[in-house]
Amino acid sequence: MTAVALSGVGKVFNAGRADQVVALTGVDLTVDSGQFVSLIGPSGCGKSTLLRLVADLIQPTSGTLTVAGKPARKARLDQEYGIAFQQAGLFEWRTVLRNVELPLELRGTGRRERKRRAEEMLELVGLADFTGHYPAQLSGGMQQRVAIARALAVHPLLLLMDEPFGALDEMTRERLQDELLRICAQTGTSTIFVTHSIPEAVYLSDRVVVMSPRPGRITDVIEIDLGPRSEATRQSAGFFAGITKVRRALRGTPAPTSSSPSASSSASAEVTAS
Amino acid sequence: MTRRLRVVLGALAALLLGALLWEGYKAVGSDNGASLFGVRVLPRADDSAMPHVLDILKRFGQPELAGGDPIWLVVLDACLFTLRSVAVGFGVGALIGLLLAIVMQRFRVVERGLLPYVILSQTVPLIALAPVIAGWGGKLSLGSYPWQPWMSVATIAAYLAFFPVAVGMLRGLHSPAAIAEELMHSYAAGWWRTLVKLRLPASTPYLFPALRLAGAAAVVGAVVGEISTGTRGGIGRLVIEYSREATGDPAKVYTAMIGAALLGLAVAALVGAAEFLLNRRRRVLV
Ligand SMILES: Nc1ncnc2c1ncn2[C@@H]1O[C@H](COP(=O)(O)OP(=O)(O)OP(=O)(O)O)[C@@H](O)[C@H]1O
Ligand SMILES: [Mg+2]
Repeated sequence: MTAVALSGVGKVFNAGRADQVVALTGVDLTVDSGQFVSLIGPSGCGKSTLLRLVADLIQPTSGTLTVAGKPARKARLDQEYGIAFQQAGLFEWRTVLRNVELPLELRGTGRRERKRRAEEMLELVGLADFTGHYPAQLSGGMQQRVAIARALAVHPLLLLMDEPFGALDEMTRERLQDELLRICAQTGTSTIFVTHSIPEAVYLSDRVVVMSPRPGRITDVIEIDLGPRSEATRQSAGFFAGITKVRRALRGTPAPTSSSPSASSSASAEVTAS
Repeated sequence: MTRRLRVVLGALAALLLGALLWEGYKAVGSDNGASLFGVRVLPRADDSAMPHVLDILKRFGQPELAGGDPIWLVVLDACLFTLRSVAVGFGVGALIGLLLAIVMQRFRVVERGLLPYVILSQTVPLIALAPVIAGWGGKLSLGSYPWQPWMSVATIAAYLAFFPVAVGMLRGLHSPAAIAEELMHSYAAGWWRTLVKLRLPASTPYLFPALRLAGAAAVVGAVVGEISTGTRGGIGRLVIEYSREATGDPAKVYTAMIGAALLGLAVAALVGAAEFLLNRRRRVLV
């Protein structure tokens, strides 16, 4: 089963006007069920736009797009996906707990079940002690974690995440990466994940989609095969080889057939795109 | 607690300051006031134009006419009579304002078409409008219940009260960030659920300032409405009646004016209390 299929998708903003922007052109991409796909590329290359197309928040100007085998609009109306935006976007008049409950509320989940799931998710993102706080009382990274909990709370079959870990410290980030992988594996969730961090993309993904701007397009798709992830994965040669491949793809130089070990090990965990 | 005490002390100090200024001007001001090129720029300070504060307060305790009820009771009665028009006018006006704001937010076309008229409605002079409303009201009846004069007054109050609510709530309903709207969209929430879960709660910071203005407008509308439609029994009428006796009993008209001011304060306090209760309920609701 394919979770998401795009073929020949293009998006032009403000078509025919002086401020026309070709945000995406000729995008072909399929995400298989249960697959984890990262989007990486310099700022403005259309990653958020691609995600918003899949979420049916905007409509493509060309090409076709199906989500869970249905037109994107139908998939949205059936609430097939959970989404976490680049900004947290919490409702400031709701407590942390009630923010996480919001999507459950709109799906008609019962009060008790709602509370249980929201608490479970907040525990997961390390905010169990802040359920009664208001968003204004939290730091930016904490707000971002609430938004992640909100996206996960509905156990969606498709998860769309736009730089969700951008505002987090390295330790929290690594812990949440592992939790995210665990949840996705447990529930068979397919994920499209936007990030600026090459190591993060390599660690999380089955496939890393490399994009390039003006016009926004996919330039490379890199398969990552690291098996089940663990702490050791972050030190493994395969991990560093993946990082090198993605970085080369971002630079636009094709990877040589055999990468030298010294080049692989030099790829440190701080490397970021853009 | 100490903060509330400070507020009360501040209010008392302001009252005292007002009284002191009044008496101070009486002490230094000329009995004939001051005129500049034939235009009076300072009021006359004699006892018939500006009675002593103490005399005004004493007047509250004395009977309205020889042998009648004490003034404070008459003024209170009149205020309560007017309060009914104010409350009904305020409620109806706020509701209409809210509905208008919702419709305007929902349909861009309606906002474009209606908003200019909403603003225009407030530039029609009330003095011209009041007799028209009273005239229409006279031809109406609510089922078997005949139209009462106070209903005309309430209509005028509503006519003034709806405006700040319509304008304030329109801004409030438009206030959610694009990302919040997209989030609701991604949850497949329709117009109604987006309104209830997002737009209305997001607009409470705009609602209460609007309601305060609406409360004040409703009081002004009711008092002016009573005067210009000649409705009996309210504080507006009392101000007119007492001002006719100003030469013989100068303190009397001030009692009615203080009554009208207190009515405005009471309405403002009620709105404030509603806001306080809502905020507290919100804090409790987890
Ligand atoms: N609503 C819009 N109207 C007009 N242009 C838009 C709109 N949204 C995005 N764009 C344009 O589309 C292009 C891609 O934007 P997008 O937000 O998808 O980039 P991105 O890859 O997510 O960047 P970043 O990494 O900085 O988040 C940009 O040039 C942007 O100016
Ligand atoms: Mg983006």
